[in-house]
Amino acid sequence: MGQFLQHLLNMLVLGGTYALLGIGLTLIFGIMNVVNFTHGVLYTFGAYIMFIVVHQLGINFFLALPLAVLAGWLLGAAIELTLLRPLRGSDIDTTMLVMIGAWIAMQSGALWIWGGVAKSVATPFPEAPLVLGPVSVSWLRLFVLAAAAMLIVVTYLLINKTKLGGAMRATFQDRDTALLMGVNVDLIYTSTFAIGSSLAAAAGALLGPVYVIFPQMGDLAAVKAFAIVILGGLGNITGAVIGGFILALAEELGAGYVSSGYRDAMGFLIIIAVLIFKPTGLFARSERVG
Amino acid sequence: MRLAVALLMVAAFASVPLWLRDPYLMNALITTGIFIIGAMSLNLLLGFTGQLSLGHIAFFGIGAYVSALTSLGFDAGLPFGFRMVHEPWPPIIGFVLAIIVAGFCGYLVGLLSFRVRGAYFVIVTISFAEVVRLVALNWVELTQGPLALTNIPSITIGLPGLGDLTLRTKLQNYYLVLAVAIIAYVLISRLVHSHFGRAMRGLMENETLAVSVGIDVTKTLTLAAVISAGIAGAAGSLYAHYIRIIDPEVFAFINTVTMVIMVITGGKGSLAGPVVGGVIFGLLPVFLRPIMAPEAQWIAYGGVLIVILFVLPRGIVPSLAQRFVRPRKAIETVVPVAFAERDAKEHA
Repeated sequence: MGQFLQHLLNMLVLGGTYALLGIGLTLIFGIMNVVNFTHGVLYTFGAYIMFIVVHQLGINFFLALPLAVLAGWLLGAAIELTLLRPLRGSDIDTTMLVMIGAWIAMQSGALWIWGGVAKSVATPFPEAPLVLGPVSVSWLRLFVLAAAAMLIVVTYLLINKTKLGGAMRATFQDRDTALLMGVNVDLIYTSTFAIGSSLAAAAGALLGPVYVIFPQMGDLAAVKAFAIVILGGLGNITGAVIGGFILALAEELGAGYVSSGYRDAMGFLIIIAVLIFKPTGLFARSERVG
Repeated sequence: MRLAVALLMVAAFASVPLWLRDPYLMNALITTGIFIIGAMSLNLLLGFTGQLSLGHIAFFGIGAYVSALTSLGFDAGLPFGFRMVHEPWPPIIGFVLAIIVAGFCGYLVGLLSFRVRGAYFVIVTISFAEVVRLVALNWVELTQGPLALTNIPSITIGLPGLGDLTLRTKLQNYYLVLAVAIIAYVLISRLVHSHFGRAMRGLMENETLAVSVGIDVTKTLTLAAVISAGIAGAAGSLYAHYIRIIDPEVFAFINTVTMVIMVITGGKGSLAGPVVGGVIFGLLPVFLRPIMAPEAQWIAYGGVLIVILFVLPRGIVPSLAQRFVRPRKAIETVVPVAFAERDAKEHA
């Protein structure tokens, strides 16, 4: 029982960052119809920004997170402006292949600049975990959960309560009508990609200190993000949050009760199962089928 | 005319070992040839049915593992106390089994993944390859996991009148790869120009209309997937018996990307495209190696893929063909272009 509670607690911590990854991708996927293969690289990028800010610039750990978000926002906007904007109107396969090219180039760039040796980030939290009856959790992980929850709420408010969010939702529902209503769709696309990228960078900055940082760390993160998006349904933010926690639970239980070697297989198995049995995702609204 | 060009190309490839003695370059040519076979099989799906399969390396890797395990033998436990014991068989049987098993996996994957299209299809295929990689990594009893399968024997073929010949040298392997590549090329060419080939193209251009004229979507796509996977499995088998060591890294996504780059650069939907793209990208590292770090090479690869998609979206061969060769009537589309364009507009 204690072991099961521990898995549930781990699921909560992991699920928060997975939800961030998933929201970022589902926004881009849903609104722009772009399969963003650079999502994992943005995650890696966020983690390295964390490392650079803390260790090379010597700035406070807590300040590193907003800086990583900002850096992710800028890099995302740059990718959208240089690669995606000229491709607007081309078929989805071409866009996908261009994003794969960008991913390969950027990941190799990270390998070139920072080397393949894994790096870890020192944190200001005490080593001893917080023990609550049968379960324990490190202070760092609690901070990660709190920060992720805060970012999820901010994103939710941004999408649902602001003018920009309204324009984003309008573009998602019907691009042409939104254009007719005076929505600057180009600006919405750039903002969407920048916001999605900044969320991926935030997830990397949060999970980087929990694990270690290396150039290929984003590959699995990207696949997990795809699994979450497929679980939750295209463009569905609530679905992405729930999907993030479901994936985290599946991984925890898979690693705990099946084999730790297959922890990372859970995301793929979920993708395959969902697409075979319910391709619209678990929480797709009926009008968005197809 | 076309036959003459084809024979000339074959003669050119066959003559390479006569004037090229450098073992490093020969090695690069052999691995390039193996990847070109893989790229040709990918082109069958990507270029002729329009399905962007990004898990293609799975079939290549499955072929490599099946062939290696057949020729090495294994003793692995199964659930419920069963054991699977296998004595080593000749590598040539491994080669045949690699094609059969990879083709069967292609059938299963095709059956499941062709239920979805576009981005979802891409993600299912990537997931499949990653699951296979994780199995190869974790089923240590069978695959040795990260420790790799080593000492894989070279392929032995029986020649009439000459007895058994074990292909150990680079020269022998070069001709083996060339022979398999030619067979694969002819097979794909025959298929593409057959009734099935026209059905595949019809599906690619306008699926709804193709269905309405009686094309069986699942059957057509699955057949393409089986043949494509089988050829990729053959390439994987050649790889295993030439390199003689394989580990789960063979399933790395980057290997699929290499094949995709070859196909896109050369020109998807063109028979010669993967060969041209393959020769360029297979030999590029040889020339870049003295001047660039490997990471920088990969940056360049990513960059080249992007530039090609922006500048020559149809690839080198179709762009050249459009300029210098009059189009053949044989591969006309079965679906009027107007419908396809209307369809594309509606989806945009």
